[in-house]
Amino acid sequence: MGMTMTQKILAAGAGLEKVEAGQLIRAKLNLVLGNDITSPVAIHEMEKFDKKTVFDKDRIALVPDHFVPNKDIKSAEHCKCVREFAKEHEISNYFEVGEMGIEHALLPEKGLTVPGDVIIGADSHTCTYGAVGAFSTGVGSTDMAAGMVTGEAWFKVPSAIKFNLTGKPAKWISGKDIILHIIGLIGVDGALYKSMEFVGDGISYLSMDDRFTIANMAIEAGGKNGIFPVDEKTREYLKEHTKREYKVYEADADAVYDEEYTIELDKLKPTVSFPHLPENTHTIDEVGDIAVDQVVIGSCTNGRLDDMRIAASILKDRHIAKGMRCIVIPATQKIYLQCVEEGLLTTFVKAGCVVSTPTCGPCLGGYMGILAEGERCVSTTNRNFVGRMGHIKSEIYLASPAVAAASAVLGRIAGPEEL
Amino acid sequence: MKAEGRVFKYGDNVDTDVIIPARYLNSSDPKELATHCMEDIDKDFVNKVKQGDIIVADKNFGCGSSREHAPIAIKAAGVSCVIAETFARIFYRNSINIGLPILECPAAAAAIKDGDEVEVDFDSGVITDRTTGESFQGQAFPPFMQEIIKAGGLINSINKANG
Repeated sequence: MGMTMTQKILAAGAGLEKVEAGQLIRAKLNLVLGNDITSPVAIHEMEKFDKKTVFDKDRIALVPDHFVPNKDIKSAEHCKCVREFAKEHEISNYFEVGEMGIEHALLPEKGLTVPGDVIIGADSHTCTYGAVGAFSTGVGSTDMAAGMVTGEAWFKVPSAIKFNLTGKPAKWISGKDIILHIIGLIGVDGALYKSMEFVGDGISYLSMDDRFTIANMAIEAGGKNGIFPVDEKTREYLKEHTKREYKVYEADADAVYDEEYTIELDKLKPTVSFPHLPENTHTIDEVGDIAVDQVVIGSCTNGRLDDMRIAASILKDRHIAKGMRCIVIPATQKIYLQCVEEGLLTTFVKAGCVVSTPTCGPCLGGYMGILAEGERCVSTTNRNFVGRMGHIKSEIYLASPAVAAASAVLGRIAGPEEL
Repeated sequence: MKAEGRVFKYGDNVDTDVIIPARYLNSSDPKELATHCMEDIDKDFVNKVKQGDIIVADKNFGCGSSREHAPIAIKAAGVSCVIAETFARIFYRNSINIGLPILECPAAAAAIKDGDEVEVDFDSGVITDRTTGESFQGQAFPPFMQEIIKAGGLINSINKANG
């Protein structure tokens, strides 16, 4: 019986010839990640270790991104705690305001995530790096603390679901529509404890940014990780972003999967997740007339350059609807600068949008776009849980940057083809 | 080891945002987090919960954000055990790592009602609903996880192993 791509990476990380689903292993970590919310708890937990030094100062990444620039005094104290820890332990991958970005957009961009890596992060969307063929998964702060000290983590080897992506997606269909469609199909616990392995000829049509979006939301189906095979596009991306050597793993031909799905990308329509779960999906043609107060375009899911370009292509020479608030958040400083250089920022501002420095802010109801009672938002973020962006009686509709931008212009949930 | 208390019953997909909303994540103090525990799903929870009480939920409890603040808030609020049909995987890991007892038991999750008095025997995994007299067998932890729990959490178990 063969191994899945994930199992092969985990076997290598654990120094084993072979692993099988359900096996408990201890694997070596290539990278341990934390942010300004989860790291302070981990730093506090580290005090309980007999050994209080980090395993490798170059393989820990600390990215204050949730509540920065500091939103209040308490957040400032958290960020200060992380900053001082980074200084004391000489953490090389600490990213201060001005050089930071949303962690899951930043780390691949900085070349810190490569194929074959085993990565844990104290943030649920750490699964994003599966886009480059790494095993990466979200954990809590205690796991992060243990990872920082020992350079290892325990894992239960997951079984997997195979998603065979076929065909070429239509013009406005992005990674977001694909992953929302899949979550709608299998449910928010459809991949609980499992790997989501994406294969098929359709992948060649997906940009790296599309793949990051898809892997990013594996957790919204309960998945332990989401992972893509390494192809030419991946290699080009890595050539541009990293000098690290890497090893490419492929699933065995006789790997066993719990379930297999075929997703015909050429048949997909723009997809929207209604409140209050990502699985409540509707295609754009069945949405109806739903007025919107706010649009958010950004986050670790959809704040990358492709996303900005798509949103700008729709907002160019147009203006958002009267009374609409549209908040655009390029995910990293580099993306922000690219938006400046390509004139996208001019497009956003002329269209009546506000453009923020990189932050997770509104996605988790932190700041920078909190909703009042009864307000509705179309958002390119990843969760539409009760109260996620503000008042428990506010509503979030998850969508692609194209749908979000079109909705900002029309003042109601709409696809770009209506413009 | 045993737990006994009154049950707070919830449905499917209770996410960590409703367990502890992000607007309170500018604190990592367990006592402060406990004062907002379950606030966005059950505003009265913190006023009603007593030391030892038990949360029972349906599937995918603790889904969403990886915030360890969620099991920390539940534990600091006095909850002695969480029973669910299934748990989201990060919440499951976090609970074991911080020493919050959790049990997967679909039969118990389906039968136990809000307000029931329930007793849990962690050694045997047996859950007894004292209000109805029904008993359920919860799934025991694999030995690897039992070691972590016995040591009082992940860090103690690592200290012990390296000791």
